[in-house]
Amino acid sequence: MALAMVIDDSSATRMILARILGELGYTVEKAENGADALHKLSKMSRPELILIDWNMPVMNGYEFLVKARSMPEYDDVTMMMVTTETEIEQVLKALEAGANEYVMKPFTKDIIDEKLSLLGLGAR
Amino acid sequence: MALSSNDFTFLANFVKNTTAIVLTPDKDYLVESRLNPVARRVGATSITELVSKLRANPTINSEVGSMVAEAMTTNETYFFRDVKPFDVLKSELLPKVIERKGADRTLNIWSAACSSGQEAYSIAMVIKEHFPMLSNWRVRIVCTDISRAMVERTKEGIFSQIEINRGLPAPLLVKYFTKAGSEWKIKADLTSMVETSVMNLAGNWPMLPRMDIVFLRNVLIYFDLQTKRSILEKVNKVLVPGGALLLGGSETTMNVSNDFDRITTGSTFYYKSKGGPMPPAAPTQVTRTPYVAPRGSGY
Ligand SMILES: C[S@@+](CC[C@H](N)C(=O)[O-])C[C@H]1O[C@@H](n2cnc3c(N)ncnc32)[C@H](O)[C@@H]1O
Repeated sequence: MALAMVIDDSSATRMILARILGELGYTVEKAENGADALHKLSKMSRPELILIDWNMPVMNGYEFLVKARSMPEYDDVTMMMVTTETEIEQVLKALEAGANEYVMKPFTKDIIDEKLSLLGLGAR
Repeated sequence: MALSSNDFTFLANFVKNTTAIVLTPDKDYLVESRLNPVARRVGATSITELVSKLRANPTINSEVGSMVAEAMTTNETYFFRDVKPFDVLKSELLPKVIERKGADRTLNIWSAACSSGQEAYSIAMVIKEHFPMLSNWRVRIVCTDISRAMVERTKEGIFSQIEINRGLPAPLLVKYFTKAGSEWKIKADLTSMVETSVMNLAGNWPMLPRMDIVFLRNVLIYFDLQTKRSILEKVNKVLVPGGALLLGGSETTMNVSNDFDRITTGSTFYYKSKGGPMPPAAPTQVTRTPYVAPRGSGY
């Protein structure tokens, strides 16, 4: 089964996203912030997909994205921001830092699925 | 209050006659939930009262009639819906038209049943992104829908956050949209590619330009076989010979029309109008570089 990671400081959001990805056929690992994610990533097999919140304590999603994209082993990992940031500048900034897609909260399962379909990663 | 079977039958007939949409008795919950807000808007205290108002003037041109008919349409749509039709457009259909019509340099695409315009603007973005050679062509994306409100929305090209979240690749959002408050407006060079008008697919058709490609997606499902037949017959006449028809995921020409060939391409398919022999290909220009489909499925 394909592996995914959800990074969000809200446990409710982590749960909802994990459930959605589970329904789309993923096994999901969860992390509370960027630093927690980097730590967990170093101990697990490489996921196919990472969903990343922006505003989080310790290490925010943007910092995580920059860091993860500087590590060649994560080149092929699809990274999608899922955040309350809704300004064009933020979307642009995330894309320039290597995000493959961007979802604005609130989201639904359809929204996640439609975005993943664009990346060739829809329901499997 | 529940809808009486008499009122349901009257409404179902009205909706069938005005929009061709078929409402089977199991749809009574849908009719009620869609008509309750209409009843409130026209000052009726119940659906029964709404139906009496409609009985007094049962035409789609009356205020109540048009509101009832519009309320029974399903406008669900999103950008790059189902993805694959837009892949085919990019990798096969547009390159073919470009090859064939290099001499007269006109491209006509029809988004029949356009809803709020996401389909038409997805087409426009494919053209802008991948076919710069079309910038000196006359490109028309004709958008029609039975719902005046939807046609207006298509013309405006303004979308909510939820709508731009759905199916729209983020790189295209930042490139082709501007944010105004909580809404997103598509840029003028895309809205200018789009022509809109109200049109009932099941009624008399206005004069339409000869179409190279027709998107008729997720609307035939609402109609009965006879209506589907007559619409596909007319679509075939509007298409240039060899023109392409794209239907929704659960729709087919099979057992409805013999005027189309189903063409499989990659992991998907489209329908091609048999419409007699293909016109001769335009003479190839020596200077033109052949179209090479971009790699990957990204837009
Ligand atoms: C589900 S939407 C499909 C939108 C778009 N083609 C897509 O696939 O995403 C169906 C649309 O068909 C329109 N419609 C329903 N009956 C129609 C008719 N008789 N003539 C023209 N449009 C009709 C509705 O107003 C609605 O906007």
